[in-house]
Amino acid sequence: MSTLNNATTPAKSGGKPFLQINRIVKKFDDVLAVDEVSLDIQQGEIFALLGSSGCGKSTLLRMLAGFETPTSGQILLAGQDIVGLAPYERPINMMFQSYALFPHLTVWDNIAFGLHRDGMPKDQVAERVGQMLDLVQLKQYAKRKPHQLSGGQQQRVALARSLAKRPKLLLLDEPLGALDAKLRQRTQLELVDIIEQVGVTCVMVTHDQEEAMTMATRIGVMSEGKILQIGAPADIYETPNCLFVADFIGSVNIFKGTVEIDAPDHVTIASPECKHYVSHGITGTEGMAVSVAVRPEKMSIQKSLPADRERDSLAEVGYNIVQGVIDDLAYLGSLTTYHVKLDNHTVIKVTLTNAARHGEAQLTWGDQVYVWWCGSDVVVLTQ
Amino acid sequence: MATATLSVTSIHTKLIGAWGRNVVIAIPMVFLLAVFLLPFLVVFKISLSEMDTVFFKDVFSLRDDVVVMTLKFGNYFSLTQDSLYINAYLSSIKIAAITTLVCLGIAYPFAYFMARSPADRRPALLMLVMLPFWTSFLLRVYAWKMLLADNGVFNNAALAMGLIAEPVKMMNTPFSLVLGMVYTYVPFMILPLYANLVKMDLRLLEAALDLGATPWQAFWRITVPLSKSGIIAGSMLVFIPCVGEFVIPELLGGPETLMIGHVLWDEFFSNNDWPMAASVAVVMVGLIIIPLAFFNKYQAESTGGRP
Repeated sequence: MSTLNNATTPAKSGGKPFLQINRIVKKFDDVLAVDEVSLDIQQGEIFALLGSSGCGKSTLLRMLAGFETPTSGQILLAGQDIVGLAPYERPINMMFQSYALFPHLTVWDNIAFGLHRDGMPKDQVAERVGQMLDLVQLKQYAKRKPHQLSGGQQQRVALARSLAKRPKLLLLDEPLGALDAKLRQRTQLELVDIIEQVGVTCVMVTHDQEEAMTMATRIGVMSEGKILQIGAPADIYETPNCLFVADFIGSVNIFKGTVEIDAPDHVTIASPECKHYVSHGITGTEGMAVSVAVRPEKMSIQKSLPADRERDSLAEVGYNIVQGVIDDLAYLGSLTTYHVKLDNHTVIKVTLTNAARHGEAQLTWGDQVYVWWCGSDVVVLTQ
Repeated sequence: MATATLSVTSIHTKLIGAWGRNVVIAIPMVFLLAVFLLPFLVVFKISLSEMDTVFFKDVFSLRDDVVVMTLKFGNYFSLTQDSLYINAYLSSIKIAAITTLVCLGIAYPFAYFMARSPADRRPALLMLVMLPFWTSFLLRVYAWKMLLADNGVFNNAALAMGLIAEPVKMMNTPFSLVLGMVYTYVPFMILPLYANLVKMDLRLLEAALDLGATPWQAFWRITVPLSKSGIIAGSMLVFIPCVGEFVIPELLGGPETLMIGHVLWDEFFSNNDWPMAASVAVVMVGLIIIPLAFFNKYQAESTGGRP
């Protein structure tokens, strides 16, 4: 694939990376939690480590904070190796999962905690805490205890506390995991606004792909201790570099097949379901086993054979089209997902946006349908 | 938290009904009334009566077909006049306070490391704390007599090793008394502290370290304040029975360690002056209840009504 992101090259160039993670390894007894991860993060970036639980993302974050010591490898922050530093010696602050606010201290004292530890003079502490309370709009709650606040307010106190010391690096551990869905969406953008306003470099850990895609400038997808792909949200979604990433981010239809023609500008692939026409070259050879990945929303669905498919001028005629029966459908309001059962009993998913109030197609259970897609919307996965 | 508690309460209310809940609460209330408040009132009544030649007179008497109530406050007055009582009270409070502080000093590190030890090892450690309860309390206190006596195990061992030239007097001193009290009461300090520390959210300590606190600062700023309720509970469990302790001072204490329990015993059984003894007891209860009430009020205020 031509647009594959190299795992060690950052998206933004411009000088040395601010945070460099070099071949970091963490073993718990004999279990490899983080397996030779290398990562460069630029100043001002919001970088998300995305993966399911147990993939090593939290361990990596805890090594950045200093709660775990790497088995081997280097972590350089602004050129300085921080592996040997204790958590309280690092210019790094963390917003903890479910916040870890000190229950016996007021909002004000929670935010001032780190400043007092640095021995900051009292008037400066008061000024900084005031700024932080303004930033998260909680001035009137300064005297409250954490348990007297709502979940969203607690989240903002946690953010203010982790920003109060003006850290060089801000770590967010599942920042919005404790909020309900509606509040989470609003808070995602609010959080990004505040982080960008402060201009702090940020590494976050999340299992929620929507959260990662909304908030992060770049995402690293992790599985089994390794980073599989690094890229901007759109790169990760549109050009995943392996089956795991394609399947983990969003939903995808996978067709397994073999390469028939490997031309520089297009490829054809034969799979049991249909023949595939891919309108870009791949790094592969004829006869090679590959997976063809098509996102459900890139597919079209209709009862009759589509008109443009009959035109001979189209290079893709006879390719990228399958026939089947609607086996199931999930109406989600804005979208409808159709499960189409093909002749060989494979089920593929097709998503349609419900633009019209009562869709003219009015597809329903048991309908015979054609499903087709463009050769440019296909991703060929060789791994 | 609050909503969860509410809903649980309402489910329970539906199950047994408001009437049923009142009954459940009433049973221990009636029990406490019967075994604590009524006897206390009896004692209080005796403390206001007058001594006769052999036995005290009842407060209520029948004179010319009229029920007469004679209250004598003289006992309370003499309590404030006789330095014996005042000294005994002060000495009891002092010894109980020292015992409580020593217990706290021993129990806190113990409970802390027990709570931080691997979860599978904690039941065994907990068992060790409760092990002394398996043998008779008297036997264990008596054993200390053997250990601390002038020709006891400690002195003989130290003499044999040439560490000391002549036996050090340990028995029947404030030292042996406090040692015995601490030994007896330390589990009552450990258990509430352990129960508190084991529930602590360790991420709070990580958050403190992350914000620049050294481990030692994190301990004093986070762990200790959060274990306050455990410290208070443990201190009360040790302090209150220590003030009125009778058996340990009898066995291990000496002439310098006169405690109120002994005075009480003397008044009841040597002097046979029940009204005087009763007033000594009433004042002792008052001395313990007043600081307790303050503690409770402070607790309620500082936590905003939350436990």
